[in-house]
Amino acid sequence: MAVLQVKGVSKSFEQEQIIKDISIELREGEIVSLLGISGGGKTTLFNIIAGLSEPDGGKVYLENEDITGKPGNVSYMLQKDLLLPYRTIVDNVALPLIIRGMKKKEARQKAASYFEEFGLAGTEKKYPAQLSGGMKQRAALLRTYLFSEKVALLDEPFSALDMLTKSTVHEWYLDVMEKIKLSTLFITHDIDEAILLSDRIYLLTGRPGTITKEIAIREPKPRRKDFNLSEEFLAYKREIISHLGE
Amino acid sequence: MKRKSQNITNKIWSCSAIVLLLIVWQLISSLGIVDSFMLPSPLQVAGAFVSEFPTLMEHSVITLAEAFIGLGLGVLLGFGMAVLMDQFEVLYKAFYPLIVLTQTIPTVAIAPLLVLWFGYEMAPKVILIVITTFFPLAVGLLNGFKSVDMDSIHLLRAMGAGRWQIFRYIKLPGAMSQFFAGLRISASYAVVGAVISEWLGGFGGLGVYMTRVKKAFSFDKMFAVIFLISIISLLLMKGVDLLQKKCMPWEKE
Repeated sequence: MAVLQVKGVSKSFEQEQIIKDISIELREGEIVSLLGISGGGKTTLFNIIAGLSEPDGGKVYLENEDITGKPGNVSYMLQKDLLLPYRTIVDNVALPLIIRGMKKKEARQKAASYFEEFGLAGTEKKYPAQLSGGMKQRAALLRTYLFSEKVALLDEPFSALDMLTKSTVHEWYLDVMEKIKLSTLFITHDIDEAILLSDRIYLLTGRPGTITKEIAIREPKPRRKDFNLSEEFLAYKREIISHLGE
Repeated sequence: MKRKSQNITNKIWSCSAIVLLLIVWQLISSLGIVDSFMLPSPLQVAGAFVSEFPTLMEHSVITLAEAFIGLGLGVLLGFGMAVLMDQFEVLYKAFYPLIVLTQTIPTVAIAPLLVLWFGYEMAPKVILIVITTFFPLAVGLLNGFKSVDMDSIHLLRAMGAGRWQIFRYIKLPGAMSQFFAGLRISASYAVVGAVISEWLGGFGGLGVYMTRVKKAFSFDKMFAVIFLISIISLLLMKGVDLLQKKCMPWEKE
């Protein structure tokens, strides 16, 4: 079943069409990547799905309910962790629950109960400035998850991390995703990252941006450790690069 | 650790400069370069301070009461105006220039008017302090509100937060350091404002005491009260720093 559906979405800014007739869907428990070059309209689409901006045409559905232009349904995570510096990690993570009206104490308890699973144990009372970049992104993902257990948007969440941290975080990410089964739309410009993490990849290319290809990554999950060094991985990568080069 | 020792060295330098200055001053008076009734020596000033201590304290209480009431009301006014101007763009456009304009009027110029309108009691003094203290607070807070990260606001909106929640969870805490910077300035303004308005008439307070000793040409007492006012201002500023540390625990790492 499709959790999130985007149907025929277009958007222009000041006479220039940014994205045109985009239709994608995200099924339950899937990780789907939207791969394209920077400035290709990924973030525009992202803001429309989050309800922060209205499309010129087209609709967004969350579990068959029309959420076009309505914020408060889908949470997201950015390259910037956006943890509030004056709140402890547990209070940061619990914020979406508090905004929805949960009592502070209850929200804290609920948030704290996930810390172990997300590899955040022991950071509850710390402030964001005391955590490493990788840890902050873990907290940001937990906050996203607590906002909505159905679907999350991740906009280049790991692109600010260095190579080594990134690969550790990828491993952690796939591991957590196995457990929580959060349906995720993952926006990235990193081809390796897309292949490594996704079940399917949409390629967003051209100007205005359109979906020009859909690739399914048929590698069972959990993924083997050396998947990113395998022939299959390289075959996918070749396919993507040749398509992007067209 | 390194930072702490650095801090101590800095203090050593500033303290020695002050000590040096006092020694030079003492020498100027003791050697009779300037007549001691015109410029009393630091020791004479200290003597006056000790002998006048009970009277000084009595007047300090009055001045401090005015300063605190005025500052308190100034904080409320500044806070209210900053919030309104942040929430309603129209109010910002309409009143911000006006607020800036109020600050170009010299305090000393309006103080006599206030005395004429409100008499010799506390009211004109408190009003003067409110006028001088609300400004740094309103401007500090407003800048704080306006400088918060837009991405954080978008994220909270995507989570379904309303206007009030965005204010409560992002804007207000985000503006705290600017608020305290403003409060620091306002606290010292409050004391100075109280003293100035007491000069122009009143029944007690350090300003009244100052005019009395001036008329008696007791320059040693004059200096004693000047030092006392500086000390009070410094203590208030220090108090604001402590309050800030208490209210912003995330800053101390």
